Amino acid sequence: MTTATLSPTTLSKAALFEAQAVKTSARRNRLLSLPALIIIGVFGVLPLIIICVYSFLVAAPYGGVQWQFSTDAYFNFLFQRDIFDDTLQFTPDFLIIYLRSFLFAVVTTIICLLLGFPTAYFMATRPPAQRNWWVLLITIPFWSNLLVRTLAIMFIIRDEGLINDALLALGVIDKPITMLYTNFAIQLGLLYAFLPFMVLPLYSSLEKLDFRLVEAAYDLYATRRQVLWRVIIPLSKPGIIAGCLLVFIPALGAYVTPLILGGGVHLMIGDLIAQQFGSGRNWPLGCAQALILMAAVLVALFFYVRNTSGKVQHG
Amino acid sequence: MAEPRVMDIKDQPGFRSIAVICLLVLYIPVLILMIFSFNSGSLVTHWEGVTLKWYGSAFLNEEFHSAAKNTLIISVTATIVSTICATLAAIGMTRVKPWRGLAAAFMVINLPLMVPEIITAVATLSFFALIAGVFGLNFGIGNLILAHTVFCIPFAYMPIRARLEDMDLTLEYAAADLYATPWNAFKRITLPLLVPGIMSGAALAFIVSFDDFTITQLVAGPGQTTLPLYIWNQIRRPMTPEINAISTILLLVSILFVSVSFLIARRRAK
Repeated sequence: MTTATLSPTTLSKAALFEAQAVKTSARRNRLLSLPALIIIGVFGVLPLIIICVYSFLVAAPYGGVQWQFSTDAYFNFLFQRDIFDDTLQFTPDFLIIYLRSFLFAVVTTIICLLLGFPTAYFMATRPPAQRNWWVLLITIPFWSNLLVRTLAIMFIIRDEGLINDALLALGVIDKPITMLYTNFAIQLGLLYAFLPFMVLPLYSSLEKLDFRLVEAAYDLYATRRQVLWRVIIPLSKPGIIAGCLLVFIPALGAYVTPLILGGGVHLMIGDLIAQQFGSGRNWPLGCAQALILMAAVLVALFFYVRNTSGKVQHG
Repeated sequence: MAEPRVMDIKDQPGFRSIAVICLLVLYIPVLILMIFSFNSGSLVTHWEGVTLKWYGSAFLNEEFHSAAKNTLIISVTATIVSTICATLAAIGMTRVKPWRGLAAAFMVINLPLMVPEIITAVATLSFFALIAGVFGLNFGIGNLILAHTVFCIPFAYMPIRARLEDMDLTLEYAAADLYATPWNAFKRITLPLLVPGIMSGAALAFIVSFDDFTITQLVAGPGQTTLPLYIWNQIRRPMTPEINAISTILLLVSILFVSVSFLIARRRAK
């Protein structure tokens, strides 16, 4: 009662002070963001501009660039100049690697969603104390070293790894199944790497779910399945989109997973780009490839922004 | 007489089993990796008995020492610089009247989270190659510290900003009311209340720097091997359980810092 009578005055008083405080210190306070902005601007944004420029230059023979304008990098993405008759030939090698990576990323996103949604929902419906433990258990792999986690998968699926050893001992197979350095290995590694990236955003959206709506649906004779598909899933759409994005973007640009589990045979975009800066010695091509990947990411982000801003208007 | 079963409206069939399976799938491979670090045989896959010798040989290994030293120099410096910058930025972007360019500034801070790591890696490599070529500038290990600081800032920024937004402003107003100067109000009220957010942010910044592989691998010059790079070099040789021991150490460091950050954040929530 007292709080109800007091709060309007306190609030207006606070607002008055806030107005004064803001007037005197606003200009100075905003300068505080300068160090962070300068560091990211110089060492984060400027390098991105540099690779834009580099993608229009000519490769130097031993790595690096020569300052000479050329659109070869983009041409070489799709075409190769024939050495003998100087004609352009359509070579889809890079395009195929991009499409493969896209496919890997899509499959990873879908399977992570199919596994992650039930997990996140189960977590969100636990009593609070248990919930904290679940969140910690999912948070730990989220932040754990990706290289080490990928190594763990490698140990298990090697020819002399645990899975093959177990199957051999049980007599199911008489010679090891080759799993390492295959597409299967990359797909498994991607799923393993990014599953926590799906669960956590889904959880934070499901945790806020208003279960009175679920109750209302049951009161109106909805089945469990109907409640799931027509109430719970539509309400958690922002979390689903955020989770899919958090899995799709890093999966598309994955570098460590195909490097270790693909063994340099089955490339993804990430390895392809890195290769141009290493043994490929074609920096402009690598820059162009990086920018094409960036464009794909921006398209994904654009859909995200459009979907979420639409949500706010309707909600 | 059986009690009539009460339907739990929150239940969905099969979800519990999927959740348990996910947890097992996430932990079993890592646990196996850790268990084999105690394997007395010299093969990474066949169990022979319990020993601690691989930890011993890791700790006596010169290469491991220098990798650990480099990692600590880089991640501690990057954590300190990025946490200070992130704290200042969080104050400059929440305790102000919305300014023009605030949205753009927010995007710049979060940029390292949106760009795929491999792109950041080659861009940073190109950048340092350019300034080395044009100005003859090479900061040595400083290159890695700067690259790490960039992607650590948004990770440190998030929990600090969240804390600032949750904070009860009335205390700051009360301080101003009692004639505290803005600096005193900040030092005596805002900063102490902000400490959990800063610690949580610093812990996250430390983990992402400590664990980074992609950017470090491309930017690192000769002699700048960090622990993740050291593991990568070992993978390409015949492996002994020493690699499991070093991997286990890395995992334990991550687990420690995640738990610390998590517990601080939970305490705030209560």
